[in-house]
Amino acid sequence: MTAGLWELVLQGIGITLQLLVYGALLTVVVSFAVGAARTHRSRLVRFLAACYTEVFRGISALVMIFWVFFVLPVAFGWQLVPMWAGTLALGLTYGAYGSEIVRGALAAVDPAQREGGIALGFSPWQRLRLILLPQAVPEMIPSFSNLLVELLKGTALVSITGMGDLAFSGNLVRLALQQSGQIYAYLLLIYFVIAFLLTRGMRVLERRLKAEVAR
Amino acid sequence: MNWDWGAVSDFMPYFWKGLLVTLEALALGSLISFALGLVWTLLMRTPTRWVRWPVGILTEFVRDTPLLVQLFFLFYVLPEAGVTLSPLTTGVLGLGLHYSTYTMQVYRAGIEAVPAGQWEAATALSLPVRRTWTAVVLPQAVRRVVPPLGNYVIAMLKDTPMLMTIGVLEMLGRARLVSQQHFQFTEPLTVIGVAFVVVSYLASVCLRTLERRLVR
Repeated sequence: MTAGLWELVLQGIGITLQLLVYGALLTVVVSFAVGAARTHRSRLVRFLAACYTEVFRGISALVMIFWVFFVLPVAFGWQLVPMWAGTLALGLTYGAYGSEIVRGALAAVDPAQREGGIALGFSPWQRLRLILLPQAVPEMIPSFSNLLVELLKGTALVSITGMGDLAFSGNLVRLALQQSGQIYAYLLLIYFVIAFLLTRGMRVLERRLKAEVAR
Repeated sequence: MNWDWGAVSDFMPYFWKGLLVTLEALALGSLISFALGLVWTLLMRTPTRWVRWPVGILTEFVRDTPLLVQLFFLFYVLPEAGVTLSPLTTGVLGLGLHYSTYTMQVYRAGIEAVPAGQWEAATALSLPVRRTWTAVVLPQAVRRVVPPLGNYVIAMLKDTPMLMTIGVLEMLGRARLVSQQHFQFTEPLTVIGVAFVVVSYLASVCLRTLERRLVR
């Protein structure tokens, strides 16, 4: 492979990482908002949140990407920059998976903790912020670590819409070199290294958070 | 936003064809992943680390890399090695291989969840290895294995649209083809989006019923 082609791959890595970071941020926001809404007092809020989870988990991530890229602009006149369209599609889809993680972890906190909060006259928001989340968040980390790897794998899907991420630049290199074995092996290795770093990083984060709760 | 029911009815014949291919890929992919996952689990239980380490590294590698790139790899590299397969076969192999690395963990957890006392009792009764597995361990492990396996089948359903990229005309492939011919993207893409939600919801309802049966 020539230097120019490597540069293409490097740019691809940049776009993939960018998409990963933005997608992860949106995923976390959606997960916590929808996950917390599923423990809300009002039945309507719980129902709407459950509908969100069911629908966005049900739609395949790739179908979602197609929808955001090709239907939104035509049907609603919303033409998003590719990066934001990709972030939106990935964040909404993986956020639906994440909301189940948040809901599960919140439900797993000892009920006595919640009752203690009520007895002390905390508002629901204070209970969530000061009592439930600090205990639930460390428990969510392993699941979120898996979800992050799934999200990384999901970023490859945007290459189909022509966004120049790692998988897309790999396809370009294949067309330029007319040989596929080597370039796809490199691509898989690069994805694997990123995933490896992510999971190890999340393990460190989990240990830190758990130490903080213990204190 | 203008919605054209005519476009929907034009798309429906292609939709059914696509749904059939999707379900076909899902069924075959699931079978491969169930079988191959069992092979990985058994290999991981061999006493020598010269088998366990390579299998462990290989399966983690497959699990942590995008299925999309794996499909490209299979689709473009296998012919260079002299193996030419149809797009659907390649896709089914890719799906099966990818998800076998998930099902292996399900099997492992299922086997490990059988209490140690059960193994010891089988030893105490001096049951042969075959009977220990078929009469004691597996019947208990299957109950724990079926629900997560079902979840992975549903997850696989949502990954079948990726087969479109190697030229399989499943639901998304059909939708794209039709929308490019008629320049109407909204209707076909929305129809298959709804179809995915409906199919995966129905599948999860079936799974919950099955789970309840098994617990009893």
